[in-house]
Amino acid sequence: MEKFGAEILIETLLEEGVEVMFGYPGGVLLHIFDVLFDSPINFILTRHEQAAVHAADGYARATGKVGVCIATSGPGATNLTTGIANAYMDSVPIVAITGQVPTALIGGDAFQEADAVGITRSITKYNYLVKEPKDLHRIVKEAFYIASTGRPGPVLIDIPKDVSSGKAVLEKVDKVKLRSYNPVLKGNPKQIERAVSAIIKAEKPVIYAGGGVIISGADKELRELAEQEQIPVTLTLMGLGAFPGTHPLFMGMLGMHGTWTANRAVRDCDLLITIGARFDDRVTGKLDEFAPNAQVIHIDIDPSSISKNILAHIPIVGDVKTVLGQLLEELKRHPHTIPAYRPQWLSQIEAWEEEHPLRYEPSKKIIKPQLVVEMIYKLTKGDAIIATEVGQNQMWAAQYYKFDKPRTLISSGGLGTMGYGFPAAIGAKLGRPDKVVVDIAGDGSIQMNIQELATVAQYHIPVKVVILNNQFLGMVRQWQELFYNKRYSHTCIACQPNFKLLAEAYGVRGYIINDPEQVEPVLKEALFNDEPCLMDFRVHREENVLPIIPPGKSVYDTILAPPVKKNKKNQSGRKG
Amino acid sequence: MRHTISLLVENRFGALSRISGLFSARGYNIESLTVAPTVDPTVSRMTIVTNGDDKVVEQIVKQLNKQVDVIKVWNVSEREYIGRELILVRVSSSEKRRDEVLRVAQVFGAKVIDVGTETVALEMMGDEQEVENFINALKPLGIKELIRTGLVAMLKEQSK
Repeated sequence: MEKFGAEILIETLLEEGVEVMFGYPGGVLLHIFDVLFDSPINFILTRHEQAAVHAADGYARATGKVGVCIATSGPGATNLTTGIANAYMDSVPIVAITGQVPTALIGGDAFQEADAVGITRSITKYNYLVKEPKDLHRIVKEAFYIASTGRPGPVLIDIPKDVSSGKAVLEKVDKVKLRSYNPVLKGNPKQIERAVSAIIKAEKPVIYAGGGVIISGADKELRELAEQEQIPVTLTLMGLGAFPGTHPLFMGMLGMHGTWTANRAVRDCDLLITIGARFDDRVTGKLDEFAPNAQVIHIDIDPSSISKNILAHIPIVGDVKTVLGQLLEELKRHPHTIPAYRPQWLSQIEAWEEEHPLRYEPSKKIIKPQLVVEMIYKLTKGDAIIATEVGQNQMWAAQYYKFDKPRTLISSGGLGTMGYGFPAAIGAKLGRPDKVVVDIAGDGSIQMNIQELATVAQYHIPVKVVILNNQFLGMVRQWQELFYNKRYSHTCIACQPNFKLLAEAYGVRGYIINDPEQVEPVLKEALFNDEPCLMDFRVHREENVLPIIPPGKSVYDTILAPPVKKNKKNQSGRKG
Repeated sequence: MRHTISLLVENRFGALSRISGLFSARGYNIESLTVAPTVDPTVSRMTIVTNGDDKVVEQIVKQLNKQVDVIKVWNVSEREYIGRELILVRVSSSEKRRDEVLRVAQVFGAKVIDVGTETVALEMMGDEQEVENFINALKPLGIKELIRTGLVAMLKEQSK
């Protein structure tokens, strides 16, 4: 029996286990939306296509499943591009569906026509223009397979109107097989042996792990390796949660806003065990001063990430979980003791930690943004999912919330997309309704997708928006302060809406908090109920994110937070 | 340094633009690119001549391998291979110079494919060095038009 293309599409999505879908309708999508109307898929109408793709991304990061979004041709498709690029940079599995003008009109500058496949070519792992309804089933199956395997990433499917409204017989594909696409999962045994002998000998090793550990679900293996071999661990922003933030071997995040401890340890280590991370410039700073004395082991599923920025002496291509499993097996086959120097190395790390812990000057008069993050941590006991926007809010969240479990930090790492956090939090909450989901935002970023207050109001999605409001585009202002003689060129955004009233206009509870004493009670009241809300914390306007390694510089150029003044209780200072 | 990269790709809509787009997006050079179906019509062979230091070429090969449509990649420059390029060239050839043009053509095994009153067109095929030498020999005579197919390359049996 023949079916409409739209029916084949939705049936295949259901077959792939799609429960939630984010999107926005349009002219060329009418057939698809007509079928969607009766389908069991929980469809969330966002108020902007960019929010739909970010929500799909947040859903994918929080659950490990493929996120799905849909937008119409032309402007719908172009509005998706930022979110697709964002997912591509952070290796997030999403399937983005776009409508396209009828095949007969393609290339003719039709109404709402844009070359979605052409535009997204360099920001998708793969993309398709579906030419005939009979190809839809196979293409959708392939898209899910490509998006979720190997190094995950976004796949776009562009569906012309006559393909969704046309008919074909649905011939089911059982298993996707692509001769040109076979990601390597197992590490080369010879390389594993070399890595093991390096680990056994290393006096001053460091594990530097990233998002790959979370994607492959290798947090247990990572912990076993670190504990068994007594190796200190640092994580990238994308990796936070892959290793417990409260663990004694954890040194904190590394890189531009990483801890002094982590960056010093990487500087001095003799073996850098890189796991599912890619030596981003925000991590390495000046390349030739990054781990200059270290032998480098690099485990990654993407061969093109290896030796791209830093030469790997022992490259291991494979799935992180599989390779770490192999590594632990091989270590067991070589009975060994921890090298005698190790306790000295660990106490050196402790000394660095004591020398310059993460710290800030507390205040009784004005809310410090770090305090808000610490309080969220304290009240949620580290069990919430924290989405962030981009900028200072993101770095304070990364520094002061101790992420103990994977998939609890949802943040735009590679692309650095302002406006990401709120819609991503919506996606995360739909994927993990059991968790408290907080978007830690800045007053700049939140205004980039503020319209999604309507979405949380309509569907009663209890996402908690925390604005660290300093009335500045804070991170850029901070750079202007430090590197451009305090010339605050176009970074002051004191002209802004009353966020409380704005939230209330959308039907969402709003708060304004000025008093440090009120931080705890307001959060206590707002975080744990089943309603969305928005909290506008008026924080210290010129607070900086510290430490900072100036761009292109090395750890020795770090600008550190000054010691906290005496006679005040030091309420910051965390391990790492 | 110059490198010749040979790849098998799915003969699919968009495969060529994905690959050429990869070069432009990452700032790699393409000196020449040829593409045509193989004996299996679902597979195309691409030959790309590019340049860059070892690190860049290593990245190019890895990035090509990463493409979903790419079945296999060889950096043929690292092995024994046979490279051939076809060129069509039109040179000025007044009455008194015609003999000279024909002599050069003969030396390089080129074929005359068009004779006019002002010019002669030649067809020549050879490896990279032969083609370069041929073009250099014709330059003093006045090249009016030069059309090159770009290099195609095949690994020798023993280096496969």
